[in-house]
Amino acid sequence: MPDLRDLYQEVILEHSKAPRNFHTIAQANQKAEGFNPLCGDHFTVYVTVDGDAIQDIGFQGSGCAISKASASMMTQAVKGKSKAEAKKLFDTFHKLVTTGEANGDRNDLGKLAVFSGVSEFPVRVKCATLAWHTLQAALEGKQEKVSTE
Amino acid sequence: MTTAAKLPSTGSSAHAFGTGINVEKIRRDFPILARDVRGKKLVYLDNAATSQKPRVVIDALSHYYEQENANIHRGVHFLSELATAEHERARQTVRSFINAPDAKEIVFVRGTTEAINLVAQTYGRVHVGPGDEVLITTMEHHSNIVPWQLLCEEKGAKLRVAPINDDGELLLEEFAKLLTPRTKIVAVAHVSNALGTVNPLRQIIQLAHQKNIPVLVDGAQAVPHMKVDMQVLDCDFYAFSSHKMFGPTGMGVLYGKASLLEAMPPYQGGGEMISSVTFEKTTYNKLPFKFEAGTPNIAGAIALGVAIEYLNQIGMNKITAYEHELLEYATRKVSAISGVRLIGTAKEKAGVLSFVIEGIHPHDVGTILDQEGIAIRTGHHCAQPIMDRFGIPATARASFAFYNTKEEVDALATGILKVQEVFA
Repeated sequence: MPDLRDLYQEVILEHSKAPRNFHTIAQANQKAEGFNPLCGDHFTVYVTVDGDAIQDIGFQGSGCAISKASASMMTQAVKGKSKAEAKKLFDTFHKLVTTGEANGDRNDLGKLAVFSGVSEFPVRVKCATLAWHTLQAALEGKQEKVSTE
Repeated sequence: MTTAAKLPSTGSSAHAFGTGINVEKIRRDFPILARDVRGKKLVYLDNAATSQKPRVVIDALSHYYEQENANIHRGVHFLSELATAEHERARQTVRSFINAPDAKEIVFVRGTTEAINLVAQTYGRVHVGPGDEVLITTMEHHSNIVPWQLLCEEKGAKLRVAPINDDGELLLEEFAKLLTPRTKIVAVAHVSNALGTVNPLRQIIQLAHQKNIPVLVDGAQAVPHMKVDMQVLDCDFYAFSSHKMFGPTGMGVLYGKASLLEAMPPYQGGGEMISSVTFEKTTYNKLPFKFEAGTPNIAGAIALGVAIEYLNQIGMNKITAYEHELLEYATRKVSAISGVRLIGTAKEKAGVLSFVIEGIHPHDVGTILDQEGIAIRTGHHCAQPIMDRFGIPATARASFAFYNTKEEVDALATGILKVQEVFA
């Protein structure tokens, strides 16, 4: 039986209450909106991209503790990384929250490893990945709103 | 400290609140209520989404397939006659349950959603034209919004929305002002699924009828909780679902006044809905079969009839009284918890307790309660405009049936405290 504390780890609760980079970026050159129509979670991710590097990133919006903490920790994790590195990190993160495993890539995840408990709550995977999907859309310059459905 | 502590103890819940309902006995009629989930006793508080089924309904389904299965209205053989008789007996049971004047006014459909789409696509397409208006309310379920939007889009008509106050009650005066010579139909919920508000249907219908505007009622959340009477209400259409009233899924009812149904074009074409077909011309069958193309959900109709007989045995008035007391108790108990705010505080309410907890998203509330075996709904409840009205993304919703107990309400309250503890 899954344990609630596996899902609601201290780090996650702390980030959900005091999210980092929780602001718009006026001079952002990429942004995208993400939406989960089932639970109403709604985020906008702002990115300043310089060449291939994610120079600055912020987000705004509302959502559950899991989606907000994930967005917050994502911004910390990808700031300063290249687009390709961010994409690879998302792939690893996605594997983690769907299977609980990240194999050899676990070290890349750093603090994000606290989301491994999400895999025991399948309906919450969309919460954990919403901001990541939104970031991908921003980096790819997609115009339409990202939806988890 | 919650107010519950001050309430007199009722002891055993066997005759809870003294309303004559034997809840413990009733609970034994519902096999699923005895099961555990996640190692905890199931506390099922998601009845507005779907209700659980009593043993008699489950048995009726298997009995039909084991003993009576045949296609209806066409066979000359024994089983076909038996199945036809049982299917049409269910129609009579439904007629009597809602006090419709005639069984031909009872159209069997898949559910409330299909019933509303049927009216929008037949009555609506004939009577609503460019510049006309369809009037709904802010508290409608998506199934009583989108079919009308589709119709208005197709016809170049306008969807008008009657507003509500902060308690979630319809503003009748505003509603009355929105009834114009261009209003071709009013579509309104009897009971709001997201808020629990019971609408003043008699007044709504009278106001509309004074201007010769027909009224469709979405009764999905009303029929399981209270006696509804088509002749007292005098509505023109009334839609409801079997699965929310302890019957099987995939089954529902559209009541329509015979004079309106007669004049409406068919909804779908196929077998059963015709009286004769040539390649040049088809003559449609009489009511209600004109609207029942194809082989219907025969087992579903029969089992719905059994669910109604079960409800009749308990008595709808007793059910209403018991659930009212349960809702009042839950309202006191939950609203006494610091940080909890109720969404939907109408004077007239049925079955639903929607709430938000300060600083905690409803989705997290749902997950944590689920770990305690408590099933509630979280989200926008297919009523996004309501969430916008209250400026919230979602709510947590506990919804009750007559098999729920005071102890389950206590479990909900304890669960909410646990949620707050996790987030403390």
